[in-house]
Amino acid sequence: MSEGADMKKRRFLTATTSVIGAVGVVGVAVPFIASWQPSTRAKAAGAPVEADISKLGPGELLRVKWRGKPVWILRRTEKNLEDLTTLDPKLADPASDMPQQPDYAKNPHRSRKPEILVAVGICTHLGCSPTFRPDVAPADLGPEWLGGFYCPCHGSRFDLAGRVYSGVPAPTNLVIPPYQFLDDNTVLIGDDGGAA
Amino acid sequence: MSTMQNLVNWIDDRFPMTKVWNEHLAQYYAPKNFNFWYFFGSLALLVLVNQILTGVWLAMMYKPSAADAFASVEYIMRDVEWGWLIRYMHSTGASAFFIVIYLHMFRGILYGSHKKPREMVWLFGTVIYVVMMATAFMGYLLPWGQMSFWGAQVIVNLFQAIPVIGEDLSVWIRGDYVISDATLNRFFALHFLLPFILAALVFLHIVALHKVGSNNPDGVEIKKNKDENGIPKDGIPFHPYYTVKDIVGVVVFLMFFAGIIFFWPEANGYFLEKPNFEPANPLKTPDHIAPVWYFTPFYAILRAVPSFAGTQVWGVIAMGVSIVAFFLLPWLDKSNAKSIRYKGPLFKYALWVFAITFAVLGYLGVVPATENGTMIAQMLTLIYFGFFFLMPTYTRETSDKTTMTKIYFLAMAVSTLATLYYWWLFEGGAAGSMGVKLFVTAIAAGHFIIFGIKPWAKPEQSKPVPERVTG
Repeated sequence: MSEGADMKKRRFLTATTSVIGAVGVVGVAVPFIASWQPSTRAKAAGAPVEADISKLGPGELLRVKWRGKPVWILRRTEKNLEDLTTLDPKLADPASDMPQQPDYAKNPHRSRKPEILVAVGICTHLGCSPTFRPDVAPADLGPEWLGGFYCPCHGSRFDLAGRVYSGVPAPTNLVIPPYQFLDDNTVLIGDDGGAA
Repeated sequence: MSTMQNLVNWIDDRFPMTKVWNEHLAQYYAPKNFNFWYFFGSLALLVLVNQILTGVWLAMMYKPSAADAFASVEYIMRDVEWGWLIRYMHSTGASAFFIVIYLHMFRGILYGSHKKPREMVWLFGTVIYVVMMATAFMGYLLPWGQMSFWGAQVIVNLFQAIPVIGEDLSVWIRGDYVISDATLNRFFALHFLLPFILAALVFLHIVALHKVGSNNPDGVEIKKNKDENGIPKDGIPFHPYYTVKDIVGVVVFLMFFAGIIFFWPEANGYFLEKPNFEPANPLKTPDHIAPVWYFTPFYAILRAVPSFAGTQVWGVIAMGVSIVAFFLLPWLDKSNAKSIRYKGPLFKYALWVFAITFAVLGYLGVVPATENGTMIAQMLTLIYFGFFFLMPTYTRETSDKTTMTKIYFLAMAVSTLATLYYWWLFEGGAAGSMGVKLFVTAIAAGHFIIFGIKPWAKPEQSKPVPERVTG
């Protein structure tokens, strides 16, 4: 069968055919894999949303849906802001040094305006939505609780600036989404005008 | 010749019908000493067929979209003729599948079915197990209840813990920035596809099995003792002997299965969890989320490993390794005997402790995490890994210690010490009561002394395995 066959040429042809075939397989796999990426529609649904905070009283929380996630807008009281400064020793990242937050969250209140907190209401552990617990020293959270967010799934705790307590499952502070104030009473979530 | 015989001959000339029938059923010789444990292979096949059949029927009435999914399941339950039965057969079947498979796997370890020459049978089996878990996980999203949504959210977020690519990978899996319509739609397609891949894997599992022949409770190779016709002396044809025996198993199984479907389909929230009777709400997490019972041992391991160096990835790695460990079993088990009947005392002890560990971890994964529970889960995680990774030491029957044995031993010694350090010293020691702390420390230390140091000093000794099966 292989009488007079040029084995060298045969090996070369086999190798080149295999390589070209493999390139074709990789090429055809691209659209199949890429089709799993968020579609244009899903990306468009990630467009910025506006929230009206004119009716938000001190100590009140507003939930807005952005990219399908809950975003919290909280108007903190003077007392809350004072309390924040006393918590530093109990927190994992009190100065917000981890790089997952925009520059304007790198201050004690983690916000553009001191009293208004804007944060993604998703626990940085495994994605549950923590419960808003503004009550001071409730029975289940202990006498030192000054108000904050408590995750029912795995027990992570955050203060009213979304900063994570140390020794809980969540490794980092709550994510601050990009946002800006269009005027005194309107927040635009999802776009910060490139300030990040 | 009869017409029937003519037809058979006509087919046999074109397709090896009689040949396949004989090779795999009528003249496939299985050991004569199969016991109770050997029902679960055929039962697993039965449940797979049940899942595919009821699943295809459910797909005829179910709508895979975030807007319609929950309502379409309610529609199946209330308005479709017999829809409730088909759905309960499917949802109960999922749990039954895992019960049967866990018993089937336990049988394998009990009688050494993972050992040479059945490594490929075992490997196909573990792949089947992993694909089954993926299928079950995707199926659980489909009713689009609260637990579907938040369970999937937590599990997909596990991938986020992987450094560098994690974020993009989880977005790619979901097709969105959160669990959404896109995720539900693709999970439905995959949940429909994977059972057919499972069926193909089961085929390969059986091809591999029939190449090497079935193991048995004595771990004796029946092919080594053949009569003058080349038939194993301890073998009987699979058909009709074991087909008939398996029918008995099927009837008993169906009695339990039907009992649960008709009288206890939710199994107190273990087969169908309570929050799943509420439609998915992306803005509100249920008070307590836990996976369905068959995932909870691994979930407990995930939760037991604390975050370290600012990342949660360690728990994810531990959970991954706890599943991958099953693949390595054929090479971790160094004992001379296959079956538990002839293995040394340390293996018997290790296996039963492992079975209890698996069950207790499963329980801890169901209940909310407490500080004491977490410490117990950490201790059990050590025992879990010790069962696998100390196996080369406690099943070793020679006195020379290989390099791998030394590495395993060292790794387990270090992890035991690290856990003890974590409980007692790290940032003032683990939270939780002093009683539990002493209890877990005593067990962790005792575990390491028995599993690690005892065989290190004096190797395990298997009993001699008989030539023929014992009955």
